[in-house]
Amino acid sequence: MYYVDGDPIADTKAPDGPIETRWDRRRFGAKLVNPANRRKLTVIVVGTGLAGGSAAATLGEAGYRVKSYCYQDSPRRAHSIAAQGGINAAKNYRNDGDSIHRLFYDTVKGGDFRSRESNVYRLAQVSVEIIDQCVAQGVPFAREYGGLLDNRSFGGAQVSRTFYARGQTGQQLLLGAYQALERQVAAGTVETHTRHEMLELIVVDGRARGIVVRDLVTGEIRTDFADAVVLATGGYGNVFFLSTNAKGCNVTASWRAHRKGALFANPCYTQIHPTCIPQSGEHQSKLTLMSESLRNDGRVWVPLKAGDTRAPGDIPEAERDYYLERIYPSFGNLVPRDIASRAAKNVCDEGRGVGPGGLGVYLDFADAIGRLGRDAVEAKYGNLFEMYERITGEDPYEVPMRIYPAVHYTMGGLWVDYDLQATIPGLFVIGEANFSDHGANRLGASALMQGLADGYFVLPNTINDYLAAGPFPQVDADHPDAVEARTAVKDRLARLLAVDGDRTVDSFHRELGRIMWDYCGMERTEEGLRKAIELIRALRDEYWRRVRVPGSAATLNQSLEKAGRVADFFELAELMCVDALHRSESCGGHFRAESQTDDGEARRDDENFTYVAAWEWTGASAPPVLHKEDLTFEYVQPSQRSYK
Amino acid sequence: MNLTLRIWRQPDPHDKGRMVTYRVTDVSPDMSFLEMLDMLNERLTLDGEEPVAFDHDCREGICGMCGLMINGVAHGPERATTTCQLHMRQFKDGDTIDVEPWRARAFPVVRDLVVDRSAFDRIIQAGGYVSAPTGSAPDAHAVPVPKADADAAFEAATCIGCGACVAACPNGSAMLFTAAKVTHLGLLPQGQPERRDRVLDMVAAHDEAGFGGCTNAGECTPACPKGIPLEVIGRLNRDHLKATARPTR
Amino acid sequence: MHWTNRRSELSVTDMVLLATRSTVGKKTVMAVTGIILVLFLVAHMLGNLKVFVGAESFDHYAHWLRTIGTPVLPDSWYLWIQRLVLTACVVAHIWAATVLAVRARRARPVRYAHRRPVQGSYAARTMRWGGVIIALFVVYHILDLTTGHLNPVGDRQHPYGNVVADFAPERWYVTLFYVLAVVSLGFHLRHGMFSALRTLGQQTAAGERRARGASLGFAVALCAGYLSVPLAVTLGLVS
Repeated sequence: MYYVDGDPIADTKAPDGPIETRWDRRRFGAKLVNPANRRKLTVIVVGTGLAGGSAAATLGEAGYRVKSYCYQDSPRRAHSIAAQGGINAAKNYRNDGDSIHRLFYDTVKGGDFRSRESNVYRLAQVSVEIIDQCVAQGVPFAREYGGLLDNRSFGGAQVSRTFYARGQTGQQLLLGAYQALERQVAAGTVETHTRHEMLELIVVDGRARGIVVRDLVTGEIRTDFADAVVLATGGYGNVFFLSTNAKGCNVTASWRAHRKGALFANPCYTQIHPTCIPQSGEHQSKLTLMSESLRNDGRVWVPLKAGDTRAPGDIPEAERDYYLERIYPSFGNLVPRDIASRAAKNVCDEGRGVGPGGLGVYLDFADAIGRLGRDAVEAKYGNLFEMYERITGEDPYEVPMRIYPAVHYTMGGLWVDYDLQATIPGLFVIGEANFSDHGANRLGASALMQGLADGYFVLPNTINDYLAAGPFPQVDADHPDAVEARTAVKDRLARLLAVDGDRTVDSFHRELGRIMWDYCGMERTEEGLRKAIELIRALRDEYWRRVRVPGSAATLNQSLEKAGRVADFFELAELMCVDALHRSESCGGHFRAESQTDDGEARRDDENFTYVAAWEWTGASAPPVLHKEDLTFEYVQPSQRSYK
Repeated sequence: MNLTLRIWRQPDPHDKGRMVTYRVTDVSPDMSFLEMLDMLNERLTLDGEEPVAFDHDCREGICGMCGLMINGVAHGPERATTTCQLHMRQFKDGDTIDVEPWRARAFPVVRDLVVDRSAFDRIIQAGGYVSAPTGSAPDAHAVPVPKADADAAFEAATCIGCGACVAACPNGSAMLFTAAKVTHLGLLPQGQPERRDRVLDMVAAHDEAGFGGCTNAGECTPACPKGIPLEVIGRLNRDHLKATARPTR
Repeated sequence: MHWTNRRSELSVTDMVLLATRSTVGKKTVMAVTGIILVLFLVAHMLGNLKVFVGAESFDHYAHWLRTIGTPVLPDSWYLWIQRLVLTACVVAHIWAATVLAVRARRARPVRYAHRRPVQGSYAARTMRWGGVIIALFVVYHILDLTTGHLNPVGDRQHPYGNVVADFAPERWYVTLFYVLAVVSLGFHLRHGMFSALRTLGQQTAAGERRARGASLGFAVALCAGYLSVPLAVTLGLVS
């Protein structure tokens, strides 16, 4: 008995009626807060990525008192900064048939019909304003000679709607939001607290009213209070240990909120990106993404025979298997992310993988160099080739690149309604931390769009409706709920330090990641997931018996920071497996081996699984409760994807 | 390979700190420098010692969190490379490697190799932005920007705020950082209305933070992992002169 | 405290303060004063070359200097004005340099245990000590060839004789000191000229290459001009 069924979710607050008018009507229906009253209202925003940074800046501009928290040494370092490709917007500047409706359609379909139509439509509507806003802030997007913005098509989209700034779009957008945030700091509307980690949510009288943070420099445990709390704390891909996430990315803020009553939706939806640099050995600490655009000219192959250890150049053409071109003749090397990833896993499972540990496939540019010339290839991909060479020491002009899939993004997250409010009143969740817009699979260049849509435009409009009922009764550090939360945090840290075992935090994290990758990664089976749950439970027990966390809680202690995060990852990992186990269909990034077509493609089960699985925490040893939010599709009719 | 590390250890900001020697064995040339430090830390943890604290996050050269003085060179021997992207194949078996934190009064040491770079945030607060409140923007195509200006602005905007320029500067100046932002925004039409105030206020904030003055020594650009060119400082100087001669308001 | 807050009510004093108070402003002071001093150096060097024309020409040139500006100005007034301006420049230059040097020292209270300059030229790294050497030399030089106190002849009416006596072969150490000082000056100018151009707003990569090239060429030319006189005397080409 891994879970129990609970009541379905009755209300998502999404207005009905024509989808184009829903966002307007919601904004009109929402209560407003008089500008003079806004400065009496305080909002805590945790996280300073695209969502958190833009939300904090915008709420500050609106006149609220904002307190912004991040664990990094500056708000500018949040991991949104690493996004390479671009940001989608339905501007239709190319006159190529794009529209809000098409972006909406593509996103719902790309999400494999597991997202909420109302939210996705709003995302497509708002996308247009994001580009305007960012340009006004001075984000240096790529431009054409006429001085207008350049667009490219991205991730297999048939229209050019992706705006970009070289391969550093995330960086430029984040710096725009960061600068807007710092402007508000100077204006006195936002207080920033860097090197502070949220370790607990404070709920008073059923409302989210504050957080417990640890000052990562002094170790001091503090409480902070507000009329609303916004979590913009990103995704949880680091549960796999190896991912393209930053080392500090973690689930703790979301997980603490989940334990306090916020439902966690679709935790098993994980995006695995096909073109990452493979692991070079046991020392590997993280994986690096190589832009997807490489597949436009590179050909993916492995040796035909298992166990072939010859150098790639010594393998004759006839003994190579260009497996994507073979299996998917019409899309070839350009099949979507989930399909390319799974195909790579399959050939490696057959023993045909290349490089250390056999975990890699070749991405070969020899043909492209022969056809276009080395200079043309260099002009297109020069910086990526350099990055590859810096990391691997191999020259991709001479030797084929080796690539392997890696965990990249998590579509699941805290459940939110149309207003982005979690099931705890006063708790709002934005960006990758919520589950709302991508369904079971996220399209390329949509993460930046969603983060900024939530932060600049959606939340600042919807949070008013909640805050209009405030200010709520004053809470201080001596309030019993605050004392309880603070004590819980201190006890937890003390427990971690007290174990004083014989294994490091990282060794546990690696082992947990391995379990997740093997059983809850690109391909999941009922048997594997059951086994994973047992392994995770056993490892978690061992963790609390054998982990060694050196140092004290009263100083900067990076081991202690990691230890707390890994402890939460254990609990999340189990829920991910339970979610993956219960969803016996395949959809998007979630592939259940039992649910595939005759030729090995994912098969959805719309009849039984057209819902969001929102999980309720009931205790460390009690099964979670499943609440279903039924999804209805009025505008996009579900269909099966095919790339043959 | 086997290496000798001499690492700056300083338990807290008030301690004097010292270099401590460690030996690491079986270092793979495929490791990144930080993975080599991870390995050392794993061993120190099991040996009952406190691991070496160092800042890092994305480990793909873009967040700007990492930054170590390696053998007296900011971010180590490989040009245009952050510490996290530096790999051990740049070193030889038997090497001795000195690892120190950035040294600057405006970047006080927090612990071991971790420094406080919040002075950079204060410089940005002084004017490193365009005042464009959310919702106020005209259509993105309302103002075309010449491609050359957009590209040059982008080059300057690639600064990751790591602080290597300060660490490398003989004067401990943050002028490259400040000038990169002044240049980025100064090249775009959106940045014009606040251009004069921006440069005066950002330079004032730079000086107030305790950074040294720029003397065009040119140590910063070679240390910069993003290769921000020295010319941006010339641009800042010119803007500063103009703004001094004819301040707004 | 930012300047924007008070910009509307700036007085002239405020403007001067604004122009010089920041590190960039001090750098501007160094650039402007440096350029004035360099202009003087050029004129001075050209005058020196009169040595090669002959004693009469050289002495006549020296006397003519006192008459510049007459009869509008009384005799020697121009010279004194120039001296005043130059002294003011030297003082301002040294003041700004000292303030920036002290600031740089304070900006890094804890030194690196291991420090290796990556790229900076020798010239850039020796600006401060080079400046000190040049300052000491200027004091000696004035006492030697302007006032004549340290000159073996010290005849203010016949500077040609003073020069010849000064750099006589047996006084090789004077020549050596002079050479060292001029070479220091060359290094100082090589970086200083480029730096001044950059400070005054030179802002392109191509311009930087030109500015660096021009500074190097200028420094070499100036050094050659200044060294030609004492070396010619010491080697007996001028007597």
